[in-house]
Amino acid sequence: MIRHALISLLLILITPTFALATELRGTGDLGLVIERASGSIQIIETTNNSSLGRVEGLGDLSHASAVYSRDERYAYIFGRDGGLTKVDILTQKIVKRILQAGNSIGGAISQDGSLVAVSNYEPGGVKIFDAKTLELVADIPATYGDKEQTSKVIGLVDAPGQKFVFSLWDADEIWVADMSQPDKPQIQKFKDIGHNPYDALISPDGRYYIAGLFGEDGMALLDLWHLDAGVKRILGNYGKGEQKLPVYKMPHLEGWAMAGTHAFVPAVGRHEVLVIDTQTWTESGRIKVHGQPIFVMARPDGRNVWVNFAIPNNDTLQVIDTESLKIIKTLQPGKGVLHMEFEPRGEEVWASVRDDDQLVVYDTDTFEEQLRLPANKPSGIFSTTRAHKTGL
Amino acid sequence: MPKTPLLAVSLMLISGLALADVSSSRQAELTHLLKQDCGSCHGMTLKGGLGPALLPAQLDGKSTDYLVITILEGHANTAMPGWKTMLSEDDALWLANQIKQGIDK
Repeated sequence: MIRHALISLLLILITPTFALATELRGTGDLGLVIERASGSIQIIETTNNSSLGRVEGLGDLSHASAVYSRDERYAYIFGRDGGLTKVDILTQKIVKRILQAGNSIGGAISQDGSLVAVSNYEPGGVKIFDAKTLELVADIPATYGDKEQTSKVIGLVDAPGQKFVFSLWDADEIWVADMSQPDKPQIQKFKDIGHNPYDALISPDGRYYIAGLFGEDGMALLDLWHLDAGVKRILGNYGKGEQKLPVYKMPHLEGWAMAGTHAFVPAVGRHEVLVIDTQTWTESGRIKVHGQPIFVMARPDGRNVWVNFAIPNNDTLQVIDTESLKIIKTLQPGKGVLHMEFEPRGEEVWASVRDDDQLVVYDTDTFEEQLRLPANKPSGIFSTTRAHKTGL
Repeated sequence: MPKTPLLAVSLMLISGLALADVSSSRQAELTHLLKQDCGSCHGMTLKGGLGPALLPAQLDGKSTDYLVITILEGHANTAMPGWKTMLSEDDALWLANQIKQGIDK
């Protein structure tokens, strides 16, 4: 009896250890795909291009994004319903999930990886959590005017110096929160930065924060090395005097599509990608594209920029050569192309095709389709390489 | 504001077309558009996002023709675009009825 029990116990102990040992692996080639309609994510790997599994129960992911812990093991997923979910992408388990607001739009992780911040629409503001425990560390309501109303917050990014920078859609302000002392956030506010900032990005070195404006022409630029200089308006002449066009989906400013001294950003409403000279912050070109651009993303080497579009042109991807500023390829992956993510060194790109329930992988040199994988209404694709990039 | 579409919409509403003439396959397309594309601003479950919630409770005081005009022409000084390049008046009326009664019903 006893011997039997011992043997069973040994078997029980040995089996999982063995299983774990065979599965020992790093996370540098992993990523996740938001499945927006089912509240799930798929874990993917880009060494062999396959899906490793699915994690369910993340709530309303109809608009969602993710950041990673610096060890690239944990993903923090920000859902539409105010959900903040910490997922262990190795074990494919939810570590913790909280509902921290009624309606949220995105998030960021601090420079040192200790804090996770979420930007909320309802109630408008930013909440900051301990990255380990998801305990609330600081609550920053985006009050403005008579202080009785709060603004929707967009364009939240991390910045060097343990800072978070974000913009207030309703209040036309940019705030810089210094979290060096987590229980005492130091907040610097910049007012009248331009009407209705809709999203923002930060340059890869963490120096320049740029908010796109929906309510008027141009963009708002903040040099984080020289906060005293205040916000500068750039591209102010863009579209001036031209009829406002209906915008069928807000463009996203994610990362920094940059090649040499050129930055590429989506024009609001127009079928154009704007080229900015980053030495003078003036417009140095406009590239006619297939539709209203949503994501304008540079291949990691900066040679090409890939663009997707708003409805009714969201079946198409275009590739721009950053030297000639010409479109060199037009692809039609399927209906509802929502997002793209490059592999770490850019030889392949993944695209989500929502209405076809597919992920498509392209070779970024030959533009040949490599494979398609099934996914349930996929939207954002987030690779672990983001863990070490400011602003992502 | 362009007058002709408004007039056309008004006439259509006055003439008592409470129910939109939309085929079942078009209804499926419109439901998809409502959840996925209107949903990019209003939330996939229409609980709101950058744009306001479009649930029956929020729409209680809004007339159907106000909703139809907003869908087709957009709402000035907000991010709401006019969808008349993609939607017919019947489409808009069907969508307005859907959101007023709630899409889960």
